[in-house]
Amino acid sequence: MADKLQFDLVSPEKLVFSARVDGVQIPGAEGDFGVLPNHSPVMAMIRAGTLVIENDGKTQEFTLDGGFVDVTPQGVTVLAETIGEGAAQEA
Amino acid sequence: MASLKELRNRIASVQATQKITRAMQMVAASKLRRAQEAAEAARPYADRMGAVLANLAAGITDTTSAPRLLAGTGKDQRHLLIVATAERGLCGGFNSSISRLARADAKRLMDEGKQVQILCVGRKGHDALKRTFEKELLEPITYQGLKSIGFEQAHHVAEQVLADFEADKFDICTLYFSRFENVISQIPTGLQIIPANIETSEADDLAGALQGAAYDYEPEENEILDALLPRNITVQVLRALLENAASEQGARMSAMDNATRNAGEMIDSLSITYNRSRQAQITKELIEIISGAEAL
Repeated sequence: MADKLQFDLVSPEKLVFSARVDGVQIPGAEGDFGVLPNHSPVMAMIRAGTLVIENDGKTQEFTLDGGFVDVTPQGVTVLAETIGEGAAQEA
Repeated sequence: MASLKELRNRIASVQATQKITRAMQMVAASKLRRAQEAAEAARPYADRMGAVLANLAAGITDTTSAPRLLAGTGKDQRHLLIVATAERGLCGGFNSSISRLARADAKRLMDEGKQVQILCVGRKGHDALKRTFEKELLEPITYQGLKSIGFEQAHHVAEQVLADFEADKFDICTLYFSRFENVISQIPTGLQIIPANIETSEADDLAGALQGAAYDYEPEENEILDALLPRNITVQVLRALLENAASEQGARMSAMDNATRNAGEMIDSLSITYNRSRQAQITKELIEIISGAEAL
């Protein structure tokens, strides 16, 4: 796949996840949304829920209890205070 | 001249002290590495938060509707000083230099007729400021017995500060901590956190790249800002606490290094004195024997 987006998941204590991925599904405060490469810039609050990272046909989940996402042309940054790691799964 | 036994005891006691200071130095060195890593790990979050806030704040043109955490209360009469220090001593000038800076600023503000409140985070700062500012001190927050500082603690401090701000107890809040420059230099710093002092230097390149982009906000800009500003306080406090933890260990390490070296010098000079007096005593005894034999 040619197009990937830079995705960073950051907690106050460390950088939890940082890689180029195919897409992310984000539990937004006003509804879930997915981000694929070349998404238009968005700033959104995140409600408590599960964030799913899709890469090479695999998914990886993180549970968040709220936070904030910043989608820019350079990539996606999620700032969350508590991040629980979910299992990686074959999609 | 002290007797030989006295000298021997003193050498032994200085050696024991040296052992302790050397152990403390090594413990501080290993703790320093961990504290430094923690401080560095926290940086991305703080940086991004700063960038996002700078971006949002730049978009807000109407300052009257801006949240009070950003715009302030419009007054600067009542100040809250948060003084973050260590829980323990024996770390050189670390605690005293932070307290000294805070004390000087508090004095200056009071001379200007402002009201000052001081919230100490960490036992040592409270102890140091207790005498001068008995009335101004709030109940301190201490972390005695806690192994490491984390988000929980910062959140706790921030919550208390925000609650006080909401209750309209102060107008301006400044945070005092020691910035970790490197192992041998830690710089006591005062940082204003309410109203938010948004740093643009670090955020400039990021924000600049975003200027042209049309942003979608979900929910509204103001709502996001309302939600982010309290978080920003927490992040600032956390960063200060982590930098402080690293500084404390750095200061302790160099203080203990000095102490170990001093002890070594003391042992050397005591040993010389000890050997000289032992020699003198032997010579004296010999002279006594010889002159006794000659007299016969």
